Amino acid sequence: MILFVEQVLNGLQYGVMLFLLAAGLTLIFGIMGVINLAHGSLYMIGAYAGTYVAAQTGSFWLGVPAALAAAALTGFAIEALVVRRLYARDHLDQVLATFGLILTFNQSIILLFGRQPLFTQLPAGLDGSVMLLPGLPYPTYRLLMIAVGLLVAVGLYFLINRTRIGMLVRAGATNREMVRALGVDIRLLYTLVFGLGALLAGLAGFMAAPILAVQVGMGEQILLATFVVVVIGGVGSIRGAFVAGILLGLVDTLLRAFLPSLLRQVMPGSEADALGIGIASMGIYLLMAIVLLVRPKGLFGATA
Amino acid sequence: MTRHRILGLGLLLVLALMPVLTDLAGQPAFLSLMTRILIYGMAAASLNFVLGFGGMVSFGHAAFFGIGGYVVGFLFFHQTEGTLFLGLIPGTSQLLITLPAAVLVSGLVAALIGTLALRTGGVQFIMITLAFAQMIFFFFVSLKTYGGEDGIIIRRANELPFLNMRDKATFYWVVLAITTLFFLGLRRVVNSSFGAVLDGLRQNERRMAALGVPAFRYKLYAFVLSGMGTGLAGALMANFLRFASPDMLHWTKSGELMVMVILGGVGTLFGPFLGAGAFMVLESVLSSWSEHWPLALGLILLVVVLGTKGGLMALVSRLGGRK
Repeated sequence: MILFVEQVLNGLQYGVMLFLLAAGLTLIFGIMGVINLAHGSLYMIGAYAGTYVAAQTGSFWLGVPAALAAAALTGFAIEALVVRRLYARDHLDQVLATFGLILTFNQSIILLFGRQPLFTQLPAGLDGSVMLLPGLPYPTYRLLMIAVGLLVAVGLYFLINRTRIGMLVRAGATNREMVRALGVDIRLLYTLVFGLGALLAGLAGFMAAPILAVQVGMGEQILLATFVVVVIGGVGSIRGAFVAGILLGLVDTLLRAFLPSLLRQVMPGSEADALGIGIASMGIYLLMAIVLLVRPKGLFGATA
Repeated sequence: MTRHRILGLGLLLVLALMPVLTDLAGQPAFLSLMTRILIYGMAAASLNFVLGFGGMVSFGHAAFFGIGGYVVGFLFFHQTEGTLFLGLIPGTSQLLITLPAAVLVSGLVAALIGTLALRTGGVQFIMITLAFAQMIFFFFVSLKTYGGEDGIIIRRANELPFLNMRDKATFYWVVLAITTLFFLGLRRVVNSSFGAVLDGLRQNERRMAALGVPAFRYKLYAFVLSGMGTGLAGALMANFLRFASPDMLHWTKSGELMVMVILGGVGTLFGPFLGAGAFMVLESVLSSWSEHWPLALGLILLVVVLGTKGGLMALVSRLGGRK
């Protein structure tokens, strides 16, 4: 039972990470109609920039603005130089150009930082655990991640539903042409949305840095899961990204935690572990396939 | 038309003489590069069949490539072990059996994936093909019996009667013969009424449906054919590398196949082969210069996508002053 609660919390933590990435991606998808494979690179850049600054200055907290700034600036640069030319192109060109961006960013990071993974020290006060229930200690830092993720979700909710910019974003996700026809500076809106998405990706990257290894390829690992979240939640829907993110985080974590031991009861240990991990890795894709077959536009998809 | 035919025969002659030429030039490595180009060319041309002619952007074709390879690997594994696959099928190392088996299995998998995936379209289609490919990737990674992440080493290439397949030149000729047949078959399909229907579906599916064409069924046929072609290429690749591994199924492999198609020219017959050639040559040249070659490849890709329309094939016809 204790183990189960712990894994649910882990799933929640993974879920909010996925949400941070998916929120930006779903807006870029929904409003600009661009498939941005390089979103994972922004996550990686945030992680590297933050970790580097944190290691150089010795202060974890200085890493936060560094990560946000690096990711947002890279995001603006990508938007201005590459993505802006892709709005009118078909998905094929977008996939390829952003695939090229991934290769470029990954190699640039290898040139700058080498292939060795970087590690971050947790700041004092966050490296311990909190007793949530008797007999259930849980790492403070992971709790902080969940809290930050939920805070961002609330913030985005107000931004999207209560502000003028949010109104334009919602309008853009519903009908791009109409917003343009009404005289809204759509280019500025695009740049802002892309920058916001990059910012959130950078935040997610830096937050994940202390619990994962910061290494080249970390972006692609989470990118595919993020795409699954976006598609399940429905392209363009922040609410969908939140629900699907938490759902996927839980499903993935719980499958990984409990499937091997369940399988071990019917087959030998090492095979059960391999098969369990394999099926657990397939889990989110299976979920996506099922959701798409039942609801081709995703759970909260705007009817286009 | 006759000019095309002369060009084609000339090209075939040069390709057929390639083992002799590389021997004379003292560049045996170039022959294995050519073999890989032909094999990847077939995979890319198969992808282009759905992507360029049918307008279905599949991001999961590595699945069929890998399955083709793994069929060869499985059959070899069970032959050396002397066991039965699933307790039913004995292993074999006869190319005349393994290749059709690979084509058949990848066609079946393509039928399954296609039936489900073609119910969606646009971004969702891209993502659902990717999802299925990822599922298959993780499935093979978790198969400990067949090497898991390490894959299956195929110690000897499959055999053909009367031929020594261990000889590099012989293997190349066999691949070239298969590629030629593949190309002629592909050209026939593209120029058939089926190809015309497919072209119509890409341009305007609703109009074709209004004309009474069962759109779903035709798209599914195309998807299955494409999967079979990619599986054929995968089976040959496993024979060439003497290795079948989850690497063949990785999603970046799907990306590479798309890059080849785009480089060469979407929706052209010969483009994917050209694109595969350009990609492989680029890769081997760049990687001999620097270990950071993906950086240059990434930039070249950006320039090609943003700066050109129609890939290398468009360049060739522009230079040739045709079309």
